[in-house]
Amino acid sequence: MRERMKKVKSVQYPQHEISFILNGKKVSCKTKGSAVLLDVIRDVFELKGTKPGCHEGECGACTVLVDNVPVNSCLFLAVNADGKNILTVEGLLHADGTLDPVQESLVQNGAVQCGFCSSGMAMSLKALVHQYENAHPVAGEIKKGIPSRDEIKKHLEGNLCRCTGYVKILDAAEKLFLNNE
Amino acid sequence: MKNIPHDSASKHVTGQSVYIDDMPVNSRLLTGRVVYSRHAHAKIKSPDLTKAKQLPGVHAVLCYQDIPGHNQMGPVIHDEVCLAIKEVHCVGQAIVLIAAENEEIAIEAEKLVVIEYEPLEAVLELRRAIEKNTLLAPARTMNRGDAETAMKNSFHTIRGELETGAQEHWYLETQSCLCIPGEHQEINVFSSTQHPSETQAIVAEVLGIAKNEVVVETRRMGGAFGGKETQANHAAAWTALLCHATKRPVKIRLSRDDDQKITGKRHRFLIRYEARFNEDGKLLAVKFELNADAGYTTDLSMAILERAMLHADNAYFIPDMSVTGKAYRTNLPSNTAFRGFGGPQGMAGMETVIDRIARFLKKDPAEIRKLNFYGTEKENITHYGQEVELNRLHLLYDQLMETSDYAKRKKEVELFNSKNEFYKKGMAITPVKFGISFTTSFLNQAGALVNIYKDGTVLVNHGGTEMGQGLNTKIRQIAAAELGVTIDKIKVNATNTSKVPNTSATAASAGTDLNGMAVKDAIEKLKSRIGKQLAAEFSKIRPEKPTTVDHLIFQNNTIIDSLYPDRKIAFDEAMVICHLNQISLSATGFYKTPDIGWDKLKGWGKPFNYYSFGMSVSEVLVDTLTGSHKNLRTDILHDVGDSINPGIDLGQVEGGFIQGMGWCTTEEIKWDEKGNLLNHSPDTYKIPSVQDIPADFRVNLLQNVPNPNAIRKSKAVAEPPLMLAFSTWLAIKDAISAVGNHQHEPFFQLPATNEVILLSIEDIRKKIKGN
Repeated sequence: MRERMKKVKSVQYPQHEISFILNGKKVSCKTKGSAVLLDVIRDVFELKGTKPGCHEGECGACTVLVDNVPVNSCLFLAVNADGKNILTVEGLLHADGTLDPVQESLVQNGAVQCGFCSSGMAMSLKALVHQYENAHPVAGEIKKGIPSRDEIKKHLEGNLCRCTGYVKILDAAEKLFLNNE
Repeated sequence: MKNIPHDSASKHVTGQSVYIDDMPVNSRLLTGRVVYSRHAHAKIKSPDLTKAKQLPGVHAVLCYQDIPGHNQMGPVIHDEVCLAIKEVHCVGQAIVLIAAENEEIAIEAEKLVVIEYEPLEAVLELRRAIEKNTLLAPARTMNRGDAETAMKNSFHTIRGELETGAQEHWYLETQSCLCIPGEHQEINVFSSTQHPSETQAIVAEVLGIAKNEVVVETRRMGGAFGGKETQANHAAAWTALLCHATKRPVKIRLSRDDDQKITGKRHRFLIRYEARFNEDGKLLAVKFELNADAGYTTDLSMAILERAMLHADNAYFIPDMSVTGKAYRTNLPSNTAFRGFGGPQGMAGMETVIDRIARFLKKDPAEIRKLNFYGTEKENITHYGQEVELNRLHLLYDQLMETSDYAKRKKEVELFNSKNEFYKKGMAITPVKFGISFTTSFLNQAGALVNIYKDGTVLVNHGGTEMGQGLNTKIRQIAAAELGVTIDKIKVNATNTSKVPNTSATAASAGTDLNGMAVKDAIEKLKSRIGKQLAAEFSKIRPEKPTTVDHLIFQNNTIIDSLYPDRKIAFDEAMVICHLNQISLSATGFYKTPDIGWDKLKGWGKPFNYYSFGMSVSEVLVDTLTGSHKNLRTDILHDVGDSINPGIDLGQVEGGFIQGMGWCTTEEIKWDEKGNLLNHSPDTYKIPSVQDIPADFRVNLLQNVPNPNAIRKSKAVAEPPLMLAFSTWLAIKDAISAVGNHQHEPFFQLPATNEVILLSIEDIRKKIKGN
């Protein structure tokens, strides 16, 4: 895959060398200026957990965290990942193989059906957890208490799910914070 | 049985689940692309492919002349060509296929394909199709009694029209297929399909090879909802042609926009109705004419129309009933299966009739519904002759009216409406009665292949496909319970046509019913073989007290002799003994639904194994100045028999309701005057987001209602909950009606978009002024 990209695309487009942290490891690759992060994650680094849903930033299936901010990786230019810290769904899994509490809560609350939106949902929820556990990536402050159901809804409105009707996803999010309290 | 998480849940949330587009393939993989018609109806000249073929990195450019087998991919009627010949019949119809080293090259190649169109008149509106009489097949009818005469003799009459809209499936994973060439003519097809056996048949047909050369495998789909019942075949046929032509692995994954433009939708309907009733609101006679927009080919339209006709009664006894069904060709992509399969359209007509009767008589629609529900002892035969057995409607109604606090809240709504001019609230309770079985009776069959290995682990193959609905989770639970082993011993294999042949689509909500029974059948055969061997072994222990297979109990990974419980053996050890004694530990299973039969021509018989029931109450708030609405609260009570997995079933009910709500409210599909789909992406086509679900959403399963007709006394779930969304739809109508203090029948359509709501309110305001 990587070879093929070089072979065909290097002829037509200038390549940019980018380096970033991907799931805790420093990585680098060459990419053309118009490539989006989604394609680099899936095709260059072969991490297939991040899903292409609509390629226009509406469905949220491709959500990854860039410096703890959830972004639609289908709209995020790969060159902008240079020097950033990228977390994909594969990086949520703990080193010992156990599930992150976000993942565990989605599983235990029946929040998963076809699974195609699940990795994006998990990443969006992880970003919310981050705001309460560490710091809001923009405001810089740690949020206090636990988020209301309305706040969770607001946070997840960019992630579409066609199977579940969202109820169990919201339940999973609420229970996640209750358990963390 | 109990809640266990979805079979793939851990894999889904860690990104380890493999969908078609995630499969590791070698570097010889090519990207496939479909060049499709930009005109709704046109003659085409043979496309000029010369330049496209010359582009470096392009490995194949195919048109219909390059198809080695039959140029055909119609599932029931062979009226759908794989690649257009001399004429195109909709925007999105495939004309040329390209295989290239990557997507960018394929896109460049597409620009070099020259197709000359000579546009012809296109039929894009259902009313125009009716006018031009573009019938797909002769009209169908179902009659009971003499609705015609009854119409003349009854007290009150209402008549009218209802338009119901199309709906895009919007599965998160778009249509995808990967083909890998095998030896000689063999081809391995990895398809995101609900119907691997049909995909296999169509691939064999277009390639002109035997079915035993084609293996189709489906691990899982990223959602389907009926959209991958027949139309996954298209991507598979195209991919297979490119694979065959290049002898290299080829993958097609439609982009979101292409998927929405090319694939069929839920059928639009124009429903004409006439109903007679007495002063109490009791139905005496109803006539329906159901007109469906089939799109440009047959696909499943006739079966969908049939199910619409079979559900035109919804939950109500109608002494004299006449239903006519007509499906018309239009120059749009061929419409196809979508959760409910015509049922929702048929029921929308009936619910409109009931609602209108109530408004005509100035009564609460809830009261009129209760009055007309099928009875338990009498008035329990449908308009097609099937008895409504184990009728749960009255039980659901009584419980839900109470738990939802309907009466009190209805009064509060009225009070609110009397005090507020610009905001109006509405409430509605609506029932669902949905027939379970394929109405094409022979399809009600399923197969399974169960292998037990010497370490005591079990591999279950069955004909159903996993699309997120939790089928494989339920199958694991069923297999574990039947075999008396813990669930960790059971693995469900990817669905594969070489393991279980000639299967039916995973559709009609019947996946668990049919395949669960087939798995049970295979396990019973295995238990009998294993049991006989172990009975002989146990009898050796105390020869004076022999035992037989009938006394053996399979439970907790152990096989025990109930006569002498000290004679027992661990399941895995028993498998080694069986193997040493030359006992086959592999068995096929089969099931066909008993006691169903249906005369399509007469429109009479017993098409369904049983009925599923559900009911829902919704309360909405409508902003009369903008036409926007908010779903304030929905209460649902749904019947799934003895649930095999309540967590999964609740998820299906919630998800089905929300999907139905989308169809009833925001999911409007628009084409321009040339047949181009205008909203082909999620920024313009609005499926419900997390913000659209009822602010207060209370979903429960009806308890203590075992179903004697299905596996482990359960009931199908899947489709029926979608139609619970009529409570939201009619609550909106109730709020609109409140604008005119319920004195004027509101104009109403489905979906009730902001625009429809606003226009309807304006209409009522005009009528008020007119008075």
